[in-house]
Amino acid sequence: MTPALIVALPFLGAILPALVIRAGRTACATATGVVTLLALILLALQAPAVLRGEVVQTRIDWLPQLRLDATFFLDGLGLMFAGLILGIGLLIILYARFYLAKSDPTSQFYTYLLLFQGAMLGIVLSDNILLLLIFWELTSLSSFLLIGYWKHLPEGRQGARMALAVTGGGGLAMIAGMLILGQIAGSYDLTAILLQKDAIQASPLYLPALLLILTGAFAKSAQFPFHFWLPHAMAAPTPVSAYLHSATMVKAGIFLMARLWPVLSGTVEWFVIVTFTGLVTMILAAKIAFYKDDLKALLAFSTVSHLGLITMLLGFGTVEAATVALFHVLTHATFKAALFMTAGIVDHEAHTRDLRRLGGLRRLMPVTFTIAAIASLSMAGIPPLNGFLSKEMMLEEAAHIGWPNPWLVGVLATLGALFSVAYSFRFLAHGFLGPVRDDYPHTPHDPGFGLWAAPALLATLVVVIGLMPNQAIGWLLNAAATATTGRAVFSSISHWHGLEAPALWMSLVAIGGGLVLLGSYPRLRALWDAAPRPEAKRLFDAVIEPLADGARNVTETLHNGRFGTALVFAVLTIAAISGLAFLSAPSQAPGTRIPLPVDPVILGLWLVLMLAALATPLLHRNRAVALILTGVVGLLIAPLFAYFSAPDLALTQLSVEVVTLLLMLLALNFLPKETPAESRLPRRLRDAAVAGVAGLGIGGLAYAVMTRAPAFDPISAFHWAQSKPGAGGTNAVNTIIVDFRGYDTFGEIIVLGIAALVIYALSEALLRSSTVTARLAALPRNREAGDRHPMMLVVATRLLLPMAMMVGVYIYLRGHNLPGGGFVAGLVFAIAFLMQYMASGYDWSHARQRYDHHVLIGLGVLVAALAGVGAWASGLPFLTSGYTYVHLEPLEEFELATAAIFDLGVFLCVLGAVLLALASLSRLALRTGELPNRAAHDLEETR
Amino acid sequence: MEALLASAIGLFTAVGIYLMLRLRTFPVILGLTFLSYAVNLFIFVSGRLAVNAAPIVGTTDTPADPLPQALVLTAIVISFGMTAVIMIMAIGGHLLAGHDRIDLDPRGDS
Repeated sequence: MTPALIVALPFLGAILPALVIRAGRTACATATGVVTLLALILLALQAPAVLRGEVVQTRIDWLPQLRLDATFFLDGLGLMFAGLILGIGLLIILYARFYLAKSDPTSQFYTYLLLFQGAMLGIVLSDNILLLLIFWELTSLSSFLLIGYWKHLPEGRQGARMALAVTGGGGLAMIAGMLILGQIAGSYDLTAILLQKDAIQASPLYLPALLLILTGAFAKSAQFPFHFWLPHAMAAPTPVSAYLHSATMVKAGIFLMARLWPVLSGTVEWFVIVTFTGLVTMILAAKIAFYKDDLKALLAFSTVSHLGLITMLLGFGTVEAATVALFHVLTHATFKAALFMTAGIVDHEAHTRDLRRLGGLRRLMPVTFTIAAIASLSMAGIPPLNGFLSKEMMLEEAAHIGWPNPWLVGVLATLGALFSVAYSFRFLAHGFLGPVRDDYPHTPHDPGFGLWAAPALLATLVVVIGLMPNQAIGWLLNAAATATTGRAVFSSISHWHGLEAPALWMSLVAIGGGLVLLGSYPRLRALWDAAPRPEAKRLFDAVIEPLADGARNVTETLHNGRFGTALVFAVLTIAAISGLAFLSAPSQAPGTRIPLPVDPVILGLWLVLMLAALATPLLHRNRAVALILTGVVGLLIAPLFAYFSAPDLALTQLSVEVVTLLLMLLALNFLPKETPAESRLPRRLRDAAVAGVAGLGIGGLAYAVMTRAPAFDPISAFHWAQSKPGAGGTNAVNTIIVDFRGYDTFGEIIVLGIAALVIYALSEALLRSSTVTARLAALPRNREAGDRHPMMLVVATRLLLPMAMMVGVYIYLRGHNLPGGGFVAGLVFAIAFLMQYMASGYDWSHARQRYDHHVLIGLGVLVAALAGVGAWASGLPFLTSGYTYVHLEPLEEFELATAAIFDLGVFLCVLGAVLLALASLSRLALRTGELPNRAAHDLEETR
Repeated sequence: MEALLASAIGLFTAVGIYLMLRLRTFPVILGLTFLSYAVNLFIFVSGRLAVNAAPIVGTTDTPADPLPQALVLTAIVISFGMTAVIMIMAIGGHLLAGHDRIDLDPRGDS
């Protein structure tokens, strides 16, 4: 379980910051830190086994049919990356606590951070690649939130959007590539895919899969030509830059290339694409970094350059080069995270990150300077720091690449290293050396311990790894390299490889050249400024803006504020597509199922139905008439259901129709009684034509369905066969509702309850508005009948109430075996109560109502839930029903089913929802100036 | 008989769409009601028509398909909930804006 738990912990913990923020920012950071630490401890507990070469696995079958299972595994590579994510994460949490201002929403930051951390851990520990892809996109989303954390900064929002577009878009390519890979390998489990090198490389789909996967990985790891998003992501707060954009997220692409290295590498395609993409990125980005004045921009381009270096090493395809690549992942994470944090400290203290306004910080900020010096010398590859070790090994590997000629790759790698030395020294020299100035925006001094503790620890690691690489991280590197390449090649890492090692001379050239470049910086800068160069953001915008404009045009054409336009578009589109399908079918003839003979009674019913329906649009401007016609249609559908063997539907349709009519009549009180003639004849003809097309299509479709036998055997044969033995009821419709598909019904009654609560809330909100109450009071009142509460009606409804309730109880009880059930019973009860409201007035009835409608809804959902949970007591899944037969003298033997309890919940919820909906409308009516009635029946005095 | 039901479903759809294309809330809501009738009937007849075959065990050996019936039963109740919510929205819109037009004013003010 452990790997899954490690991934789950940050997601579970993401709620904590919001909960503890009231206790202060320190509590918030501590909670986040504890979650991360817990995950790190879990990881450490697994480390001994992994270092022995074992693979720790978790398997949770979710959708085996889709081969989508939650499978996780922890091997050496996963251990190294997970350790990096959690270890650096801890330091970032500490640093961010002191970096963020009091006015920043701290809890949001830590929540986003934990989400991101969980997503990253998911990538490095997933076994199933579909799961991995989900985490992959999750990192894009959570980094979007983090980059745009300072929502008030436009560059933050733009940078976040750009990062999401590039990495998320790359993610789509990645999904396609991974699916192809899974198809070739016949499995979506990485552990299985990694064993199929030959099958994958022999497949004709290898190249498309490779290109798609590499697109995703390059986009994530900011490789040329996708490198431009990373510098724009620097609008994020510095802790985010240090975490996402140096140590973790941008390494996700690298991780994936390393993960799939065993099966994808070693081909010519892999070598050429990966090596030269990395090489170009390394040189290009290093060169740009040298000319950047913003500390974070310099570091951003330097990160791109180092990612290029690692990519190039993976591209070489040799075991040694891949091992060096992994080594550089570790060293780069240590010195680059430290450098970002130092840049953040400088920004925090001097209120600027511009190298042109800095210099001389060495004297003002000695601690920060020490950290910056160690880290940037390591970045430049100066011995004995850790950056020297990995860069030296990189140069050595590059020197031995003989393609396309014996020296090209080696020379270009040296050139990259040379620029790298140049910008590292510039970072140090222009930022910290030189004379102290008197024009800083804010006089800088060293920050408190909290802010420099994290980078200081990283700088210490830089030195320790540099001095004792084998003891410090050799074991971890070996485990990771063994997991990737199958064997450990470096028994020890050393500083000195002898005079005949080409790397030594390449290194010396790089350092010397870098110093020369720094020395001639002013002249080079003038040349650089004079030369035209493509601005990545402008190119990106040039691509994106037409797309955005196009999308906006489409949206504004379809949704121009006129409901009719959108509806006509939708109807015609659906009609066109289905019409095309209809015409391209082999036959347009109706089916051959023998039709039922026409019954004269039904024919008469049909005639009335059609006339009422046709009359509705013709007479619709008189709303009361239109409502009555609609009601006629709705009520006449009920006998239709009854005739065609659906007694349950007939009962439901009848009672719902009554309730709906009451509701609409009540509503009509508040609306104009007439619809003005606004549309001209052409518009009406157009609408009629559109409606006619839709009607013809649907009618034709219904006819085609009815005249054919089902293409597949209906699954309801099962419900029919199991209705009595399985669910204990003879009414198959009812057993489906309360038993077979009880989960659906449970959802439905909740939806119904929510609908009623929404109505209540809306009417409450309306009553609070003075505009509304004024308009309500001004509504014209109909005084056509002086007898507001006619005696006959009052007496009749009161007599009817107990009888109606008895009928309701009867319908409820028999529902399991005969037509009826909770839905209908609830509606019958509701109608009986509504009659009291109508006859005796709202106040009189309301005063006699003991239980709130809200309570009925809640009780209904609760009872239904309890009926479902009850099944757990017998060890059965939620909503499994049981039944038994009971014999009580003097009654006959009868059945007791848990489904009846569930149906009771349905009954209560329906009753409460209907009553609440209508009562909410009635409350509006009270504001129209109507006098509340005090007695059971009264006359309006004014007449 | 099938033709009768198919024509009714088609007419209800057409009436529903026509009313939904009107410019005021009340006819649009009536249109939705008609559309619900059509949809519910359509789902119901997808179980094919049968007479004297109510799906109650012991009364018949060739029952009508109970599954579409169960689906439509809950759909009828839910469409009541939907109608009620839209109704209160229409009332609220009318009381707040002083009119019951459904389209945004092209001039931008409401």
